[in-house]
Amino acid sequence: MVQYTQARFDASFAALSDATRRGVLEQLGRADASITDLAEKFRMTLTGIKKHVGVLEQAGLVTTQKVGRVRTCKLGPRRLDEEAAWIERYQQLWGARFDELDQVVEELKRKEKIDGRKK
Amino acid sequence: MDARSESEPSAMKNLTTVERKSEREIVVTRTFNAPARLVFEAWTKPELFQRWWVPKSMGMSLLSCEMDVRVGGRYRFEFAHGDSQMAFFGTYKEVTPNSRLVWTNDESDGGALSTVTFEERGGKTLLVYHELYPSKEALDANAGMENAMAETFAQLDELLVTLGASVGRS
Repeated sequence: MVQYTQARFDASFAALSDATRRGVLEQLGRADASITDLAEKFRMTLTGIKKHVGVLEQAGLVTTQKVGRVRTCKLGPRRLDEEAAWIERYQQLWGARFDELDQVVEELKRKEKIDGRKK
Repeated sequence: MDARSESEPSAMKNLTTVERKSEREIVVTRTFNAPARLVFEAWTKPELFQRWWVPKSMGMSLLSCEMDVRVGGRYRFEFAHGDSQMAFFGTYKEVTPNSRLVWTNDESDGGALSTVTFEERGGKTLLVYHELYPSKEALDANAGMENAMAETFAQLDELLVTLGASVGRS
């Protein structure tokens, strides 16, 4: 049985919404790399690449470890198999639908109260 | 894990949970802070239904929405998604006011039988939406509206599967 929360989906989706970050993940899928390696590879400043790695780290997609003066990045423990991705897609659709249904229902509730008062 | 949100304060947004119950079944649950008759009304009146069935985040627009909510009555929804159009249609099999609806999804061979129940508890409604597919393959292929979102998420899926595979190897 699989259940996934909206929050978890949102964090990883936000992390993956950026082309550089997707590139970083692809790169780390091939081999671990230091922040300096990644900055060179993606032609960014150290600060810039650190920011991206930070977002990926928050989402659990990347872990980093500092050894001496070098911070090494590798893929994180977070992984999704196909079924999980499918369920999350489903969760995304129904979550969005029901949040909007909530608004419709709230409106009906308010309307009923007002109508009730008129009587 | 039971992620149902009945015990949460009403100011918070209630959680939608999705469970794959079996190879052929999927269940979505959500609590609404309103009596069942209002949730049922929002589900069965076309002018209300079309306001929530196609969430804004899907990037689709509803072209038409016909619903004849009675046993044997039919429904048909037509959508535009970019340049393409699609239609979803079927028949209502069971209609129990304020409590239960069952309908078919006939736009494809592997379409599910959908059941939604509305259970009122202390002024709140527990909504359980259930889909039963003819086979595991049909569920996996999921020929419903969910595929419309697949385009947006295909890249993400691909990447995640690649990542999963490489993490698995290490």
